[in-house]
Amino acid sequence: MNISYFFFIILSVLAVASAIVTISTKHPIRSAIALVVHFFMLAGLYLTLNAQFVAVMQILVYAGAIMVLVVFVIMLLNLSKDQSFEKKITFNNFGGIVLAGTFGLAVIYAFINLHPEPTSFPSHNLNFTTVQVIGRSLFTNYIVQFEAIGLLLTAAIIGAVLLAKRKLM
Amino acid sequence: MLITNIPLEFYLVLSAILFVIGAVGVLTRRNAIIIFMSIEIMLNSVNLTFVSFSIYFGDTLGQLFVFFVMAIAAAEAAIGLAIVLALYRLKQTVFVDEVNLLKW
Repeated sequence: MNISYFFFIILSVLAVASAIVTISTKHPIRSAIALVVHFFMLAGLYLTLNAQFVAVMQILVYAGAIMVLVVFVIMLLNLSKDQSFEKKITFNNFGGIVLAGTFGLAVIYAFINLHPEPTSFPSHNLNFTTVQVIGRSLFTNYIVQFEAIGLLLTAAIIGAVLLAKRKLM
Repeated sequence: MLITNIPLEFYLVLSAILFVIGAVGVLTRRNAIIIFMSIEIMLNSVNLTFVSFSIYFGDTLGQLFVFFVMAIAAAEAAIGLAIVLALYRLKQTVFVDEVNLLKW
């Protein structure tokens, strides 16, 4: 039992628990708080994988930008007490749980049988996770995709403004 | 070089469990905002798979893909929440089963 197992187990248990809280609480704002915890736990898991750039991006984009949007919309909607609470979970929801559980069991079975014994990460050079290498690859080999992402984000901003505006003119 | 000695399967099984939790949220909840948060959980679990395979194979491409997925998720959140706002103005509700404008 060494230190990385300790970190992995704590982070993964907290990630699963906060995800369950996110989908099971009644009020949306509690889900939002639990989701922030979930994002931070995933950032910690990326750090155990030595992916520092992705961990920082996770906190900046998800816990920063997206959660501010979600909390802002919850505030703007100003849901009254009876509207923000849902009715009891019906029997129809049982089908959804069974469907997702079956899919999950199939995927977990496939993952576990990937190799006969557990595969450890090969100890090659970790230079490829630095921001320098990722940035160089982003601006040379994948420049078209990068520009397309910029175009898509611009279109998304214009679309969001148009959709949320009360009157267009 | 510090590298984790946790097996690859642990990360893959964890991301599968998180994906299933997100899918259960999408399939069972009726509040549109909570459905959005469940979709974010699913996208995050796929990101975890991408990053662990990227470290396993020693290739930068997996982390670039995570970068693009995050950009798409940001765009999707902006558009989706704008739709929820417009829907609330029209129907005074955020419950997806009370929205049946296209159902005859």
